[in-house]
Amino acid sequence: MANNYSEHPELKFELNHPLMKRIVELKERDFRDKDSYDYAPLDFDDAMDSYDRVLDIVGEISGTTIADNAEGVDLEGPHHEGDRVRYASGTADNLDAMVKAGMNGMTMPRRYGGLNFPITPYTMCAELVAASDAGFGNIWSLQDCIETLYEFGDEDQHSRFIPRVCAGETMSMDLTEPDAGSDLQHVMLKATYSEKDGCWLLNGVKRFITNGDADIHLVLARSEEGTTDGRGLSMFIYDKRQGGVNVRRIENKLGIHGSPTCELVYKDAHAELCGERKLGLIKYVMALMNGARLGIAAQSVGISQAAYNEGLAYAKDREQFGKAIINFPAVYDMLALMKAKLDAGRALLYQCARYVDVYKALDDIARERKLTPEERKEQKLYAKLADSLTPLAKGMNSEYCNQNTYDAIQIHGGSGFMMDYPIQRYYRDARITSIYEGTTQLQVVAAIRYVTNGSYLSQMREFEAAAVSEECRPLQERARRMADLYAEAVDRVKEAKDQELHDLCARHLVEMAGDIIMLHLLLHNATAAPELFLKSARVYANFVDGEIAKHHTFVMNMDAEQLADYRQTV
Amino acid sequence: MSLKIVVLAKQVPDTRNVGKDAMTPEGTVNRAALPAIFNPEDLNALEQALRLKEQHPGSTVSILTMGPPRATEIIREGLYRGADDGYLLTDRAFAGADTLATSYALSMAIRKIGMPDIVIGGRQAIDGDTAQVGPQVAQKLDLNQVTYVTSIESVTDGTITVTRHIDGGIERVEAPLPILLTVNGNAAPCRPRNAKLVMKYKRASAPMERPADGSLPYAEEYEKKPYLTVTQWSVADVEADLQQCGLAGSPTKVKAVQNIVFKAKESKRLTDSDEEVEGLIKELLDSHTIG
Repeated sequence: MANNYSEHPELKFELNHPLMKRIVELKERDFRDKDSYDYAPLDFDDAMDSYDRVLDIVGEISGTTIADNAEGVDLEGPHHEGDRVRYASGTADNLDAMVKAGMNGMTMPRRYGGLNFPITPYTMCAELVAASDAGFGNIWSLQDCIETLYEFGDEDQHSRFIPRVCAGETMSMDLTEPDAGSDLQHVMLKATYSEKDGCWLLNGVKRFITNGDADIHLVLARSEEGTTDGRGLSMFIYDKRQGGVNVRRIENKLGIHGSPTCELVYKDAHAELCGERKLGLIKYVMALMNGARLGIAAQSVGISQAAYNEGLAYAKDREQFGKAIINFPAVYDMLALMKAKLDAGRALLYQCARYVDVYKALDDIARERKLTPEERKEQKLYAKLADSLTPLAKGMNSEYCNQNTYDAIQIHGGSGFMMDYPIQRYYRDARITSIYEGTTQLQVVAAIRYVTNGSYLSQMREFEAAAVSEECRPLQERARRMADLYAEAVDRVKEAKDQELHDLCARHLVEMAGDIIMLHLLLHNATAAPELFLKSARVYANFVDGEIAKHHTFVMNMDAEQLADYRQTV
Repeated sequence: MSLKIVVLAKQVPDTRNVGKDAMTPEGTVNRAALPAIFNPEDLNALEQALRLKEQHPGSTVSILTMGPPRATEIIREGLYRGADDGYLLTDRAFAGADTLATSYALSMAIRKIGMPDIVIGGRQAIDGDTAQVGPQVAQKLDLNQVTYVTSIESVTDGTITVTRHIDGGIERVEAPLPILLTVNGNAAPCRPRNAKLVMKYKRASAPMERPADGSLPYAEEYEKKPYLTVTQWSVADVEADLQQCGLAGSPTKVKAVQNIVFKAKESKRLTDSDEEVEGLIKELLDSHTIG
């Protein structure tokens, strides 16, 4: 039976990273749940074995049920009935399978019915699901909104909402409005406290809300009358059982057809505050978005894998000029690069997920007891590392998955342009990944501070000192020279002291950082498992050497005077 | 009302994806080359049992299988999906059983478990394809039986209503409990394994599966958690008559294995040689049937 997990040993390799030891230790806390829950692990090996087994279940569901339903879901799409959404029949089927398998609220503590899984194996599940149906991936992965409710909601809210999500109820995050997309500071949905009802009332319109008819919504709304910026926004929990939010329209999209993108109308919808007033955007939505960005990075890697699989299978099968086209350098060159980008991007994704795991587990411990000074130091370090890698993981992987689906269609030739092969669906689905949860351009905005404050460079320098295999050493040396070019380019932009020039060059600098860090991560992997990663490491080194030279040349030749050539005056 | 349900399940070689090495030169099944799986229609039966359990609180679902110790995997797969417990019938004396000896052994085990309200199994196993075991078990236990079931509509006041697949349509049947049902492959597919149940039962094993030298990992867990020990029964445990078990109790003797080719009008007989297959493809291409 098809299994997206067991067929891709690269993923299991990432699961077995040495940092998992610390993550499990922090998550399981002396394995204290083992006597109260029959499914709790007894020790580290037992926990890792359980993650592996659960990934195998998700791999099977995504390789069978979800994969089999994907084409039908893409054609049928969700239905708008009255003021509600009815999922495509295949979507309902997929959700039922995942709920029956107990894959909801995976990261939540066991006392609420969760599996207490770290973010890393959960993110792997998200990748597996997205590889078969990226649109369904959204509906299922929106369960990670519960992280934010868990982090910032109170005890009472935890006990009322978390068990429902663990039992399979779905979530949405209602942020975007017609006039507030990338610029969420301008959200206008109005929240007024009603003494009579003893709750907040929400009024207004939200747009482009993924899974907008979810059971439990997290809503960004303006609670402070008269304010116009982000400081007047708070976060609310809206429970569909309360009523008051209707679906006015489902968008007709290029891709991810299974995922209903809704326009919502709030009419005196009863809601409750989550956390403190005024921290909605500046604290809670930032946390929510960081989780969602990791989710989109996982979705992107899943699509990249699917695209590579489709391209590879077609190239093996298709014969021209008397042989399978995979034998032609022009074709295997594309496939080798696709695989290299896939492996590099995945390495970055899970490095980031592990960093998130360490600091979030420490955050959680801090809710129980005071952290020791060493733990506080560790928490700060990993939070910073996670924040620096999240925009890179989202930005780079979403671009790579677009490139990989593009190349996979190219390998298919004319057949790829027909609607008859699954690759066209992956190609359409990929397109949104570099747009939602912050466009690639906004990921650059989030990442550039780690360029200018030296964080990426010091990560690179640290990697340069890591022990790698004999075969990887020359590649590590190349990476060191690339870092020198990167440092030179960064210095030039900094010295110019021109904000507009800095903004124009930002994309180049951030991409350089991503390229070099991913190369180091691949070298680490290729040292531990050359049979899985050494070829990709070499191919990727060749690829990024060229990329670094290209970006370096651009930045070194750029100055403020040339900006006029780029500006588009209206 | 709560129901006591026994699911008959068999571990079979996966004959759906047969490669070149599926048969030994002697013409028997090369079990080493074919992965052992849960017989597909038994999974359909398990799903029906689990649905009944959900609809009738307090019901129990037990898996009964006969086979070598490694067939315990079938019981674990059942536990991962929501079965309450399992029974492994294992004994060298059960080996080589045809459908008669198998149904005898299973019926003795069911007597030992205690008579259920419903015995349910797949229509047939993909290795033997006889569809005889279910009906024979029913006969030995003097139970009513309905075969080819595609869904169970309801169980009320000791009466079960099912739909069954017949030539050219479906038939709706009412019957009194207790009953034996065999389920068709076009019934609802079985639910996936459940994460919590997998974590709970992953170490469940039959005593015969465990290392003989006593080097059992997490040995203390088995003392604390009785559900980790799968009930394992021998011929003596189910008080079966040795003469009716295994090879001794099997009147069926395989004389030879032959390839049967169905004859149809305008049919063409091909060998499995690459040349012949390619020739056919070329012919179909030339006639523009494909391509």
